[in-house]
Amino acid sequence: MSGSFQWWWKGSRQMIIAIAGGLLGMSLASGQVLASATATEAVVQQGAYLARAGNCMGCHTTRGGKPYAGGRRLNTPFGEFVTPNITPDNETGIGQWSADDFWQAMHHGQSRDGRYLYPAFPYTEYTKVTREDADAIFAYLRSLTPVRQTNLPHRIRSPYDNQLLLFLWRVWYFKEGVYEADLSKSEEWNRGAYLVQGLGHCDACHTARNVWGASQDDKLTGGEIMGHYWYAPSLIAPQEAGVGDWPIETIVELLSTGITSDAVTTGPMATIVRQSLQHLSPEDMRAMAVYLQSIGKPDPARKTRRIPDMPEGVRQYLARGELVYEKYCQDCHGESGQGAPGIYPPLAGNRSVTMKSPLNTIRSVLYGGYPPSTAGNPRPYGMPPYQHIIRDAEIAQVVSYIRNAWGNFGSLVSPLDVDQSRGNEF
Amino acid sequence: MKLFIVIWLSLGFSLANAAQPMFLEVPDTLEERVKPCTLCHGDIDRTGQDAYYPRIAGKPTGYLFNQLRNFRDGRRYYQPMAILLENLSDEYMREIAHYFATLPYVYPQPKSRAMSSEQIETVENLIYKGDSMRDLPACSACHGDALMGVEPFIPGLLGLPHAYLAAQFGGWRHGGIMRGQIPDCMSEIANKLTQYEVNALVMWLPGRPVAGKPAQSGTLAPEMVRRCRHLLSEKEIVQ
Ligand code: HEC
Ligand code: HEC
Ligand code: HEC
Ligand code: HEC
Ligand code: HEC
Repeated sequence: MSGSFQWWWKGSRQMIIAIAGGLLGMSLASGQVLASATATEAVVQQGAYLARAGNCMGCHTTRGGKPYAGGRRLNTPFGEFVTPNITPDNETGIGQWSADDFWQAMHHGQSRDGRYLYPAFPYTEYTKVTREDADAIFAYLRSLTPVRQTNLPHRIRSPYDNQLLLFLWRVWYFKEGVYEADLSKSEEWNRGAYLVQGLGHCDACHTARNVWGASQDDKLTGGEIMGHYWYAPSLIAPQEAGVGDWPIETIVELLSTGITSDAVTTGPMATIVRQSLQHLSPEDMRAMAVYLQSIGKPDPARKTRRIPDMPEGVRQYLARGELVYEKYCQDCHGESGQGAPGIYPPLAGNRSVTMKSPLNTIRSVLYGGYPPSTAGNPRPYGMPPYQHIIRDAEIAQVVSYIRNAWGNFGSLVSPLDVDQSRGNEF
Repeated sequence: MKLFIVIWLSLGFSLANAAQPMFLEVPDTLEERVKPCTLCHGDIDRTGQDAYYPRIAGKPTGYLFNQLRNFRDGRRYYQPMAILLENLSDEYMREIAHYFATLPYVYPQPKSRAMSSEQIETVENLIYKGDSMRDLPACSACHGDALMGVEPFIPGLLGLPHAYLAAQFGGWRHGGIMRGQIPDCMSEIANKLTQYEVNALVMWLPGRPVAGKPAQSGTLAPEMVRRCRHLLSEKEIVQ
């Protein structure tokens, strides 16, 4: 094992946990050690909760497959990654791993055999997770029933399959280190920051990526999710998904139920809400909201902004879009885009519709979708897919129309933009 | 067009609306909630640009629920439905299945096709007798004597159009698209049939008038239950 794990010795707290982890291993092996059983059970439960927060299962389970047995394919411009089996199976999973091996993967991005892991595994964020939390997650994974399942190898494009290159990438972009509390901020804020930046791995999606797949900076500035044709909006900019001027309760509501009267989570974000965020405690959701609210920028120009006059050609183009809207969309989204709060999202004043990237709006119209079924919204209403019903030219018109009707203002969309979004659904 | 796009700045924002319009009244019903589905699965079977859209009204609840799970979990492949179902819970899908299962449905008039007496004999043997040499039970052993299916998991065979039947047998027989659970009793059976037999079956079935109801649950022979245990052992089904 390589030698960079002084973390290990960092304080007695971690040591106690490490010992508990060791005991856990023994108790699993022998089925005895009753004395520590309750303490261990608490650690396992804590680990289960943290694994939810990190959505480990979401990536490490294939559609309809055994939980945590891996096999899910992740398409990226660098090739196709296949998630590994992280059940405690000795041959095909992480059955032979120690808590140190696991820490090395989570914190340092290196597998048990020393191989550098690809950042398709968001260890670039998980590195902020504390040793204590990582050990709890490990204890939980150890408690799962082992599943024997060998998954296909990754199919990575050259030159990205080169370990040396990956090493250089790490030197350049990977900032290793546990989250450090900002003592000028409240405990709640710090808890929120820890979750958002660490286990929640929000900036695995919500950041612009450079050609190397690295976050251009670590400021949740929004970016196209690579290989997915979804745009994860900035969590800072008020024109995108910044929530600087939202009440805390509304932020919590959006992230834990998937829907509010003005906004709705769709696509990959709906999946994150279903698989992960809806299961978090009210305290943790609040903490995340407090942090998200604090990083969101206010929008002082909002009231004073004026829409430029529309050229006649644009007016005609949008008029055609209006016809499409009346025929297909108006029943649900309303004559003036007002929607039905909590049921059908309003399109007037909806940032998801007006933001700079039209990708998500095009996707919604092509593929439709339901917001996630959650405890707070168990029986969502849905949006039909129009990919087989409306031609690309008309989809372009209607998307352009809703981006510019009822006080909205956004760029026009061409049939080519629509065509590029087709066939890239998963 | 390009010109407009350039002129029309790529800035985006929205102004607070001047007049707040009335909110829409949305019925709190399943009918409203499944609007995305009825776009394709209307009152009648329809052919879309990409596929044949089968009717789903009146099919057994458990069967429909299994299919929804199959689409969501990648065991049956149809992209538009997989996307819609991605984030729906089992409980909700069960409710949706029940809704469609209990919808009244007017079956289409039977459409007879010209068949040779040899073909008809082949079909009637398969349907009512099976072929023990090939370990093929009669279709009626599972789909009910009236071929109207058996609650809650086995669908009826009548009132299904030729194109849909042909597509399903194609799916079972030509790998690629896995339909249903693995291993699945129906795909085993479909794979034992010859192409001649499949062609004859999918011509004959749409010509039969639809009459009667699905048989009650519990009427399947233990041997058939054993063959389809992967489907039937799903305890979670309602009704
Ligand atoms: C966004 C998808 C994604 C999420 C979320 C995710 N993983 Fe992974 N994980 C991967 C991929 C992809 C790999 C393979 C990386 C490689 O082989 O280079 C991986 C690798 C691993 C490995 C290394 C396995 C080995 O054999 O080397 C471990 C351990 C692991 N993940 C644990 C976790 C845990 C614990 C969580 C939750 C806290 C988690 N993962 C969340 C995608 C994910
Ligand atoms: C798998 C990629 C992914 C991850 C991980 C992710 N998001 Fe998102 N998020 C998206 C996408 C794509 C959208 C745009 C779709 C939408 O509007 O729901 C989005 C939208 C949002 C929105 C705006 C929703 C709206 O419609 O107003 C918020 C707020 C948000 N995400 C917060 C978060 C937080 C907080 C986390 C971390 C806990 C997170 N996201 C993790 C992909 C992701
Ligand atoms: C049956 C009702 C219904 C109809 C008809 C309908 N929608 Fe929707 N729409 C919805 C629902 C429900 C959602 C939320 C979907 C989701 O979360 O994936 C939605 C979401 C959207 C979104 C994304 C909003 C956001 O905040 O992310 C856009 C854009 C949209 N619809 C545009 C349209 C257009 C354009 C049409 C006509 C071509 C249309 N809709 C027709 C119900 C409908
Ligand atoms: C874009 C059109 C489309 C939409 C929208 C759609 N479906 Fe389907 N559905 C199909 C097609 C095509 C098939 C047949 C797929 C195949 O051949 O395997 C199908 C098959 C089914 C089946 C299996 C039928 C059988 O007899 O085996 C069920 C159940 C079903 N759909 C339910 C739904 C529900 C519920 C929704 C809404 C959430 C929905 N569908 C939305 C086109 C659609
Ligand atoms: C051992 C029991 C069994 C036998 C025998 C059997 N089936 Fe099936 N069949 C099933 C089951 C179970 C399903 C539902 C499969 C699923 O849930 O995907 C099914 C489904 C079907 C369907 C799909 C119906 C729809 O609405 O999509 C057709 C068509 C079909 N069977 C035809 C036949 C024919 C023809 C025969 C005789 C050659 C036959 N089956 C014999 C069990 C059986």
